[in-house]
Amino acid sequence: MKSRAPADVVVVGAGPAGLAAASAAAERGRRVLVIDQGLKPGGQIWRHQHEADLPRTAQRLMARARRAGVTIASEARLVDVASSNELIVDFRGRIDTQQTGALIIASGARERFIPFPGWTLPGVVGVGGLQALLKGGLSVAGARVVIAGTGPLLFPVAAALARAGAQVLVVAEQASRAALMAFGMSLVTSPDKMAQAMRYRGAFLATPFRTASWVVRAHGHERLAQVVLQERGRLRTLDCDWLATSAGLVPVTDVAELAGCALDAGAVRVDAQQATTVSGVWAAGECTGVKGDAAAMVEGEIAGRAAAGDARGAADRTRARERQRGLRFAARIARTFAPRAELLQLADDATVICRCEDVRRGAIDPAWTQRQAKLWTRVGMGACQGAVCGPACAALFGWEGNTVRPPIGGPACGAWRDALDRIAPPSS
Amino acid sequence: MSADITIVVDGVPRRVPAGTTLAAALFRAGVTAFRRDLSDAPRAPLCGMGTCFECRVVVDGVAETRSCLVGVREGMRVETGQ
Amino acid sequence: MTVSRAPDVIVVGAGLVGTMTALGLAEAGLQVTLIDHDFPGAGSTGAAMGHIVVMDDTPAQLALCAHSRTRWNALSETLPADGEHDHCGTLWLATDGDELAAATSRVAGYAASGVRAELLDAAALREAEPHLRHDLAGALSVPDDSVCYPPAIARDLAQRAAERGAVLRFGAMVTAIEPGGVRLAGNERIAAGAVVVAGGATSPQLIPALPIVPRRGHLVITDRRPGMVRHQLVELGYLHSAHTFGGASVAFNVQPRRTGQLLIGSSRELVGFKSGINRRLLAAMLERAGTFVPALREARALRTWTGFRPATPDKLPLIGAWPAIPGVWIAAGHEGLGITMAPGTADIVIAGILGSSSPVDPAPFRPDRPMPTMAEAA
Repeated sequence: MKSRAPADVVVVGAGPAGLAAASAAAERGRRVLVIDQGLKPGGQIWRHQHEADLPRTAQRLMARARRAGVTIASEARLVDVASSNELIVDFRGRIDTQQTGALIIASGARERFIPFPGWTLPGVVGVGGLQALLKGGLSVAGARVVIAGTGPLLFPVAAALARAGAQVLVVAEQASRAALMAFGMSLVTSPDKMAQAMRYRGAFLATPFRTASWVVRAHGHERLAQVVLQERGRLRTLDCDWLATSAGLVPVTDVAELAGCALDAGAVRVDAQQATTVSGVWAAGECTGVKGDAAAMVEGEIAGRAAAGDARGAADRTRARERQRGLRFAARIARTFAPRAELLQLADDATVICRCEDVRRGAIDPAWTQRQAKLWTRVGMGACQGAVCGPACAALFGWEGNTVRPPIGGPACGAWRDALDRIAPPSS
Repeated sequence: MSADITIVVDGVPRRVPAGTTLAAALFRAGVTAFRRDLSDAPRAPLCGMGTCFECRVVVDGVAETRSCLVGVREGMRVETGQ
Repeated sequence: MTVSRAPDVIVVGAGLVGTMTALGLAEAGLQVTLIDHDFPGAGSTGAAMGHIVVMDDTPAQLALCAHSRTRWNALSETLPADGEHDHCGTLWLATDGDELAAATSRVAGYAASGVRAELLDAAALREAEPHLRHDLAGALSVPDDSVCYPPAIARDLAQRAAERGAVLRFGAMVTAIEPGGVRLAGNERIAAGAVVVAGGATSPQLIPALPIVPRRGHLVITDRRPGMVRHQLVELGYLHSAHTFGGASVAFNVQPRRTGQLLIGSSRELVGFKSGINRRLLAAMLERAGTFVPALREARALRTWTGFRPATPDKLPLIGAWPAIPGVWIAAGHEGLGITMAPGTADIVIAGILGSSSPVDPAPFRPDRPMPTMAEAA
C-alpha cells in the first residue's frame, strides 16, 4: 500500500479557522494538508453546493487557500491521534496513517441538545442541523417549520428556510428580551454584524420572533406532527412538519482530547498564539470557544503563522487585538444565550437522554458521577460516544464529558488495525 | 448541476438531484425511519453534520454509514429502517 | 443512616469480590461496613470482560473456579437484568492437532471437578460457530461457562447488602489498615472486629507487602453484530505460545454481549498503572482476532479501553487471614479471574471469619504463602 506523503502541517477542519490556518502556513512555504469530513470545504457555516452562493469572505478565503497550494482532503475523517506527529485518517473509506510536523485543530462546534419529551421523533432536527440538510439538498418548499433555539444561528437559518420556500411559523429564542436587547446594543460596535442581522430578519419578516420562548414537547406518531411552545407564560400548540431546535453551540474537542490537550470548561485551552498544552499542536476557531466565523478566521491566521514557525507574525498586534475582540464576543455570546433553567426541567423520566443506547432520564440518578452513570447505564457508550448526550448531561447533571478514547467514528476493526500496524514505534 | 440520478432505496429506484447528500435525498424519497432504536422506534437525522449517528443506513452493503456525510452516486443501493 | 454499633467487619473495596463478600457477611447476620473510594465497580470490575470461566492451570485454580461457577449459576435468577448474565459457554479453540490433543487430556480433569467439558471436532466447531475460520482443528467446549456485565452486578450486590443492614461508605478513601479497624482520609477511624482488603490491584497501597502488580489489558467493543459469535471464544494457544512484545502478550478472546456487540481482547503488559493505549499491542490483538473470526475485521470499533488485572507471581489469588495484622483478611490478586472467583473467594473469607468450614480448600490461597518473586514469575 502506497503510504501518504508526510505533511509539514495537518489542519483538522476546513471551516473558517481551518482554511485561514492552512493558508497562512502554506503561504510561509509549508506543505499543508487539510482533513475535512464534508463533501466540500467550508465547515458548517460555509456549507455549500455552489461556491458562488457563499459570502464574499468565504469565497476569498477559499481562493486564497487554493493560491497558497493547500491540499484539502474532503470526506476525510480523523480516526485516531497516535501522536502529535502521526494521525490515523479515514480518507474516503481508506484508513491510512498521516505523518505531520505540526497539527492544527480547527474542529469547530456542534449543537447542544437538551432533551425534551418527543425530541427523538423524525422531523426534530438541530437548528444548524436543518440548515445543513437544506444545504445538502433537502426540499422544504411548503413545509411548516418551527425554529426554537438560541443565539446568532437562529436568524440565518430562518432566512435560509424562508428563502427556500418553507413556511416558518415562528422563531423562538429562549433568551430573554432584555438579554437580547443588551446583546443587540453590543453589536453597535460591529455595524456589519448589525446590518447582516437585519438583512436576515428581512427574509422572514412575516414570521413572528419571540423571546423567552422554547419548546416544551413534541408530538407525533412515527414522525413529528406538533410542537408545544412555551410563550410568555402560556403554552401554544403548533402543527408542523419540522422542528429545528437546539440549545446553542459547544466546542468539538474530541480530536484535541485524543491528542492529550487540556480543556477549559469544555473548550480547548490555548495561549495567545493558539498553542495548546501539547507541543506541536495548535487549535483555533470554535473549538477553543464559540465566537463566530470572523473571530475564528483570526485565530486560524495566528495558528497557521505559529505552526509555520513565524513567531513574529503570530504575535502581530493587529491580530492580537482582533483575537481579543473575538474572545470578548465569545464571552457575550456565552452570557446572553446560556440555556435557561427551565430547559433542564423539560425531560421527564421517560425521555431518552442517550439516543444511541436508549437510556432514559429515569434510569439516571442525578447524584451519580458521569463515570458511575456510564458504567451502570451505558449512557454515552453508543455509536456517538457521548457527542449528543454529553453536552445534555453536562447541562442536566453538571458532568464533564466522557473520557475520549480511540477510535473516533467507529472505523472497521480490520482497517483500523492495518493503520495501527503502520504507525511508528513509540520513542520511549 | 441539477441533473437527476437514480439511487435504490429499500429496493425501490428513486430519482434524486445529483450533488445532494444521501440524508437529504432519503428525506426527499419519503424516508422517515433511517434506522430503528432498541425499542424499534424510528429515528432520523438530528445534527446533520455526522455527530449524532442517527442517520445511519446501509450503503452498498456497508452498514452503519452516516448518510449525512455521503453524497449520492448513480446506482447507490440503500437500506433504511423504514 | 445512623449506625447503632461498630461494624463486625469492614470490607475495603466494592468491586465484585468486595460486594460479594459484603453481601455474604450481611446475609450471615454480621454488621458490615463496605467502603470504596469511588463507587461499586469503579475499578477493575468496571473494565473487566465479565467472563465466568472455569480454568484449570492448577488444581487449586480449577477447584475455586468450579465452585465459584456453580455459585454463579445458582445466583443467576437473582441477578439484575442489566447484569446481562448469559449462559453462552466457552469454546477453547485449537488451531492444530497438537492443541486439540492437549485439550483432550483436559476433559477428564474437568469431569473430575464436576465441570462438563466436551471436544468438538472441526465439523462440529463450524456448526457451533459458523463465522470462525474454517481450518481450525476443533475446540474444547465448556458449556456451563457464562458471561455477565460486572459493574451492574457490583452495584446490585452492594444494594442488596445495604438491604441486609450493611452500611455503605462510597467516595470514602481508606488511608490505612490498622489492627482493629481502618483509617479514612480526614483521619476518621472506624473500628471493626475484622477488615477484609478487597482492593484489587490497589491493595498494595494499603498493605505494601502484598505481592500484587497491575497487569494492563486492552479491550475493544464493537457495534452490534448479532449472531456473529455465540460463545465466548478463547484460543488454547495462549497458554503455550508466546505472542510477545518484550514482555507484552496478546491472546485471542472474544465475547458476545447481549446487546449484540462484541468485546474483543486480550492483552497483557506490565506498565504500572498507566491507562494509555498501546497502539502496537492493540494492533496485534485486533490482528489475532481477525485471524480467528475474519468477519470481525468488518465490525466497527466503537471504543477501546484499558483495565488493570491484579496479578500475583504464582497466578493464584490471595485469600485468607493476613497474619502480619491481626483481624485482617485479604481477598485480592485474582488476575483475570476476579469476576469468576468472586463467589468462592467470598465463601472462603466468610468461612474464615465465622470459623466455619470452607467449601473450597483455602490452603493454596494463603496470603502469606511462599511466593516466587515477580522477576522469577515473568
